[in-house]
Amino acid sequence: MSFPELAWSILPKLLEGMVVTLELTIIAITMGALLGIPIALGRVYGSKLIYIFCTFFVEIFRGTPLLTQLFILYFGLPSVGVMLSPFTAAVIGMGLNSAAYQAEYFRGAIQSVKEEQLIAAYSLGMKQVQAIRYVVLPQMLRLVIPSWSNELIYLLKYTSMAYMIQAPEIISQGRLISSRNFRTFEVFIVITVIYLVVVLILSKFLDLMESKFRIPGL
Amino acid sequence: MPKTVLKVENLHKSYGNLEVLKGISFQVRQGETTVIIGSSGTGKSTLLTCINQITPPDKGRIWLEDIEITDPKTDLNMVRSSIGMVFQHFNLFTHLNALDNVRLGLTVVKKISPERATEIGIEKLKLVGLEDKLHSYPAELSGGQQQRVSIARALAMSPKLILFDEPTSALDPELIGEVLNVMIELAKSGMTMIVVSHEMGFARAVANDIIFMENGVIVEEGTPEAMFNYCKNPRTREFLHKITELYGGKKE
Ligand SMILES: Nc1ncnc2c1ncn2[C@@H]1O[C@H](COP(=O)(O)OP(=O)(O)OP(=O)(O)O)[C@@H](O)[C@H]1O
Ligand SMILES: [Mg+2]
Repeated sequence: MSFPELAWSILPKLLEGMVVTLELTIIAITMGALLGIPIALGRVYGSKLIYIFCTFFVEIFRGTPLLTQLFILYFGLPSVGVMLSPFTAAVIGMGLNSAAYQAEYFRGAIQSVKEEQLIAAYSLGMKQVQAIRYVVLPQMLRLVIPSWSNELIYLLKYTSMAYMIQAPEIISQGRLISSRNFRTFEVFIVITVIYLVVVLILSKFLDLMESKFRIPGL
Repeated sequence: MPKTVLKVENLHKSYGNLEVLKGISFQVRQGETTVIIGSSGTGKSTLLTCINQITPPDKGRIWLEDIEITDPKTDLNMVRSSIGMVFQHFNLFTHLNALDNVRLGLTVVKKISPERATEIGIEKLKLVGLEDKLHSYPAELSGGQQQRVSIARALAMSPKLILFDEPTSALDPELIGEVLNVMIELAKSGMTMIVVSHEMGFARAVANDIIFMENGVIVEEGTPEAMFNYCKNPRTREFLHKITELYGGKKE
């Protein structure tokens, strides 16, 4: 079988794997943002206790390899009676891990909103939650887009770790195919191209978002 | 005699060992403009932020009309929404256009409907001469225009009093006039204002009272007439002389 024929014949299975990869990525990045924003707010505005808790979370997940986190979730938890499917374990692991990284990006963005704007908000009579909601958050979300774009692309590629706990993402599909036809090299060339195309499309989309939300004049 | 809008009594504030305000007392009556002068680091900004309690004072009492706002029971957000504040560096919300900068306090703090807030916003921006800049963002405006937006933002809240902290000192000389003119109109229209500024032309034009502060105390206070012509304290005379040299405002 020539390379184009081979590529064409394995494409459906690989794309199935890519769909799982994308599902993992999208759920994990969303989970990461939903957790990461409150954690970032907690680190900037929280009481001492909340600050310590949030910092602890961030340090644990940034300070240990993703793979060990996944292994603990998938192979470790059953010993305390918690059985997770490979997909669930992968989503939780990557979501928590991404939350830690995103919390840092969001924190940076929060801190680059000038203090003087907060003082103006308080002078108008806003409560702290209102100032955060109407002054800090809208600016934070814009400022974070570039680093958030990086995180999304990293995450897409890091989902390949889920292969190690047998989640049926694109690498797993590739291994399965190549274990049958022994054409590992070609199979992984095709996988590489698929990743590349997806990353390029995502980057383009994120660039568009960034310019769409850019504050005029800045 | 017009009623007293603001009364400050024996106000003290320290940062650590540094005593910044050492017992400040003064009053401002409705419709009057008080200009505060004094050298750098004297505590003028601290005094203003203590008035709206963005900086909590250590000691002393402040009344806004009949309400003692230093009473721990007062709702500080309510108090702040009725005291306007205009900053040296404008402090506009950079992600909002001019109109939305003016509208935000109305919709969020005063819970005014978006439509009504837009009407008020347009009206106030017209008042400061920016009706053609409603949809410009702060970064698209000159310093003078930004400061006028910030004045409109303060005005929109219908404050009982507006505090100005060196509103023109971050501006290029050719932009100072447009801001001062807006402030002069405001003063003439009966707004009660406290203005930290060394623009003595402005003080001569509209101030009812000039306060000279030094090292956290009020050294001397009087009408512009009295301060310029018959001030008693040699420090006051020296300082007034210095700033009229620097900022102009000699009698034309
Ligand atoms: N948050 C703060 N923490 C510690 N010290 C402060 C703080 N804010 C002001 N100070 C100090 O208090 C003193 C008075 O400051 P303030 O800003 O009120 O002076 P000012 O009269 O407004 O001066 P300027 O003309 O330079 O604006 C200064 O010595 C300043 O360093
Ligand atoms: Mg100052």
